[in-house]
Amino acid sequence: MPYIPHGADEVAQMQAAIGITDLEALFDEVPAQLEGHDLLLPAGLSEMALRRELEERAAANTPLRCFAGGGAYAHHIPAIVWEIAGRGEFYTAYTPYQAEASQGTLQVLYEYQSFLTRLTEMEVANASLYDGASALAEACLMALRLQGEGKAILVPDNLLPAWREVLHSILGLQEIPLLGVPYDRQTGRLQLPEGENDSAALIIPQINAFGGLEAVDALTDWAHARQMLAIAVVNPLALAILKAPGVWGQGGADLVVGEGQPLGIPLSAGGPFFGFLTCRKAHVRQMPGRLVARTVDVQGREGFCLTLQAREQHIRRGKATSNICTNQGLMVIAATIHMAALGGDGLRQTAVACHRQARRLRDLLADVPGVQWPFSGPFFHEFVLRLPLSAKAVRDTLLERGILAGICLAEWGMGEAGDLLVCVTELASDADLLDYRDALLATLKDLSA
Amino acid sequence: MNPTPLIFAYDHHRDPVQASARAAEEGLEDIPQTLLRGDALHWPNPSELEVLRHYTRLSQRNFSIDTHFYPLGSCTMKYNPRIAHEGAMLAGFARLHPQTPAPAMQGLLRVLWELQEWLAAITGMAAVSLTPAAGAQGELAGVAMIRAYHQARGDHQRKRMLIPTAAHGTNPASARMAGFAVVEIPNGPDGDLDLAALDAALGPDTAGIMLTNPSTLGVFERQIVQIAERVHGAGGLLYYDGANLNAILGRVRPGDMGFDVMHLNLHKTLATPHGGGGPGAGAVAVRERLLPFLPQPRVARDEHGRYHWLDAGDLPASIGRLSAHAGNIGVLLRAHAYLRRLGREGVERVSRYAALNANYLLKRLQAVGFQAAFPERRASHEFILSVTDLQRENGIRALDVAKRLLDYGIHAPTVYFPQLVPECLLIEPTETESKATLDRFVEVMQKIRQEALETPQLLREAPHHLPVGRLDEALAARRLDVADRA
Amino acid sequence: MSTVPENLRYTETHEWVENIGGGRYRVGITEHAQELLGDLVFVELPAVGGQIRVGNPCGVLESVKAAADLYAPISGTVEEVNEALGENPQWLNEDPHGRGWIMVINADAGAWDGLLDAAAYARIAGV
Repeated sequence: MPYIPHGADEVAQMQAAIGITDLEALFDEVPAQLEGHDLLLPAGLSEMALRRELEERAAANTPLRCFAGGGAYAHHIPAIVWEIAGRGEFYTAYTPYQAEASQGTLQVLYEYQSFLTRLTEMEVANASLYDGASALAEACLMALRLQGEGKAILVPDNLLPAWREVLHSILGLQEIPLLGVPYDRQTGRLQLPEGENDSAALIIPQINAFGGLEAVDALTDWAHARQMLAIAVVNPLALAILKAPGVWGQGGADLVVGEGQPLGIPLSAGGPFFGFLTCRKAHVRQMPGRLVARTVDVQGREGFCLTLQAREQHIRRGKATSNICTNQGLMVIAATIHMAALGGDGLRQTAVACHRQARRLRDLLADVPGVQWPFSGPFFHEFVLRLPLSAKAVRDTLLERGILAGICLAEWGMGEAGDLLVCVTELASDADLLDYRDALLATLKDLSA
Repeated sequence: MNPTPLIFAYDHHRDPVQASARAAEEGLEDIPQTLLRGDALHWPNPSELEVLRHYTRLSQRNFSIDTHFYPLGSCTMKYNPRIAHEGAMLAGFARLHPQTPAPAMQGLLRVLWELQEWLAAITGMAAVSLTPAAGAQGELAGVAMIRAYHQARGDHQRKRMLIPTAAHGTNPASARMAGFAVVEIPNGPDGDLDLAALDAALGPDTAGIMLTNPSTLGVFERQIVQIAERVHGAGGLLYYDGANLNAILGRVRPGDMGFDVMHLNLHKTLATPHGGGGPGAGAVAVRERLLPFLPQPRVARDEHGRYHWLDAGDLPASIGRLSAHAGNIGVLLRAHAYLRRLGREGVERVSRYAALNANYLLKRLQAVGFQAAFPERRASHEFILSVTDLQRENGIRALDVAKRLLDYGIHAPTVYFPQLVPECLLIEPTETESKATLDRFVEVMQKIRQEALETPQLLREAPHHLPVGRLDEALAARRLDVADRA
Repeated sequence: MSTVPENLRYTETHEWVENIGGGRYRVGITEHAQELLGDLVFVELPAVGGQIRVGNPCGVLESVKAAADLYAPISGTVEEVNEALGENPQWLNEDPHGRGWIMVINADAGAWDGLLDAAAYARIAGV
């Protein structure tokens, strides 16, 4: 019996101790009418047969060189990251409620919080949320608790569309008004609304959905001048070279969220990733999610424990800051090891390599006949390429050449039919970039013929 | 002094040049200076071996299923098969970008589609969405569907969600997050719901009821059929919190009990790892009438056996998207592998042996003097002890028993939940533990009981043999040192 | 055993009220309440000048293991709050009737007439 260790004689002894002769008697309190249905599941497999089937299913996914981003990025993950994160002591532990028996997880989480506060130049980081988009929804709810209910959130039209959908799903349940902020068609960057505005917060995406960099100082100051909170949405890798949100504008962003996946998390078709949330200490009691603190034990030894648990659902129930219970513990453990393995210098080198290779590809593509750059302005590692043909047709054809060429903006309901959002990371070698150009040239030629 | 200093102590490789001074030579000159980082990033730069040792050492300061018996009630800490982990980490899955077009990810989509089908079969429901990232997100999706259902019928006054007092804290928190007012319904002395209180609470403003069955009190709610009739009769819907599904897995389907919508905790019932607090996965399953409202995306199969995503365009009444992509795919892959390995017979065995272990442990612990909270009742897959006798005798509390267990190399059961039972220990052994492990637990508990009566100080000061003793949580909250500052 | 001073009045939700004259009433939580809550780590105080209504939540008390609402024992205007509790929430544990006072409410004369006396509170609280 897979994973059930009982021998027949042991079962008999256990039944005798309980005073039953048949395991069915264990369910004698269940109304009989509720039992006895056929369970339509296939028969079980041996581990060997299962392994083979899993390999076949994995092989049925086409291996592709990845030039797609849009909130999920292909990066190198040092071998030690999952070697350690996969250790049973991390992998099979529960939430660290019993602090004395969980100092490993707790210290890692404290280090994670420290890495993230240093990266974003904020004071407090929680121990993670589900993903970047749901973390943004939680940040908006937090902003409303700080600013008073009934106000609106300003949501940029150039925020990733899936993130906007998540905001509508989650905040819509409480009928919170979400007001769009338009972007400039020439630059793809945000255009600030004129006149009065008494919304609770402005979301500032640095990087926006087109890969472009926003004028974050001006946006932050604009929000603060209107007594709004500034909610920064950032890529943690890009922060190795970009200005930390804690020092945006005169006062710095108030809440910072982002998708943590670029920090050592496999793409895995979109999850599990983790969302991060950092803020000022003054706002910590309105922050959702778990938080780890450094303290001392009865003998004065340094140790770590969960803190401010009274904000959370298991104590505060209906009045909690959020219904969230789990965080993305294992992902955060992997991310912490990843951040340590890269170190400050390694993170910067990775970010620089992403930017360098992205610029290189953009330069290489400048000669491809018919392509245009719809948006001017600086970018990090992602940009929009306007093709003279349907971007979808080009992308699908390039799949056959083993290349995932990017994301068709039209599938997001943005941009034009020819717009392809292309992402280049440090994984792309110079040879990969040349292959991309050549494959694109050939595909455009084939499809035009 | 912490014997494992923070990773920030490893700072000897720091590059002394200020970051901003290098921007031009690094090829960042196309980005305006005002957008670039000013100060160097104050992160450490340890060597690879230092990183490896540091985090390996930290791992050794944890209890885990792999190293310790972990009878944590309500959390289903069963063995996490490694084949599931190995499968999920195969490059063909791990390197898939979420924006890969469906024709290039047929292997994955097939896995997800099968999992949807299997979960529907297990739950007795019509359809499944795998996207919720955790149990609490599944709850939010579930109550959001109840809200959408009533609204679609123009039934706008149904603003109240009924929840037993003993429910998990996530239930009222999720209901509130979905815009409902919460009405608590008490449980009777035998652990079952108080039907008179239920009747009094039901009315035209009732949106539904959220129930866990077996309940958080470790017993099967025997009146479930009557409860379903009454709630449905009042126009409400029934939400099933799948936290305790392991107790009835493969035996009783929530759909047959009358539930309209539910979530499963794949990280409990389907043996995916808890990972120190996540990631979980909280797939939701619904009956026919709630199907249009399921969160997106879902996976469909066409008549040619090809798989594709269903998203906003295909599902106009959906409550929408809960995360940026399709949920915790890596967790779903593990759950699929677990179900595939067990198959029909293996799944049916789970609840039988989970119940066997729980009932055996309860009887043995009662025999050595512990008090059951519901001695007249059959245990589900877990049960509650109350140590009020030790408290009366010597001031020993459930927390003291829990901390002393750690000294014996056993993870503590859940304590102080459900809040209804004073000084309680909620114990869930799971089906993957052997009789020998359970017998050792009984021996240790017997010994602790003796210590509680003879040398109570030993318990009050426990644990004695772990890297740290009891921590000053008041200091932690007052000082609030939550990040090491550069 | 908790002390229940005779000169104070009480609520079933464990607040004490002291009549300090001139229509002013000082408010805190009882010794029994702080025992139930355990180590207090944070207090959310009502705004000075704000109107509070008897029986409604007007603040939050947070301990290591619990969070409890502070209920207004009488209706009136918040005249003063004990700002020092922000830095010293432990005063609520150490000296709940003294340094751990929470606020002063300006109310009509006789506002505390309906409240419990010490004997009645001691009976209800079982102390």
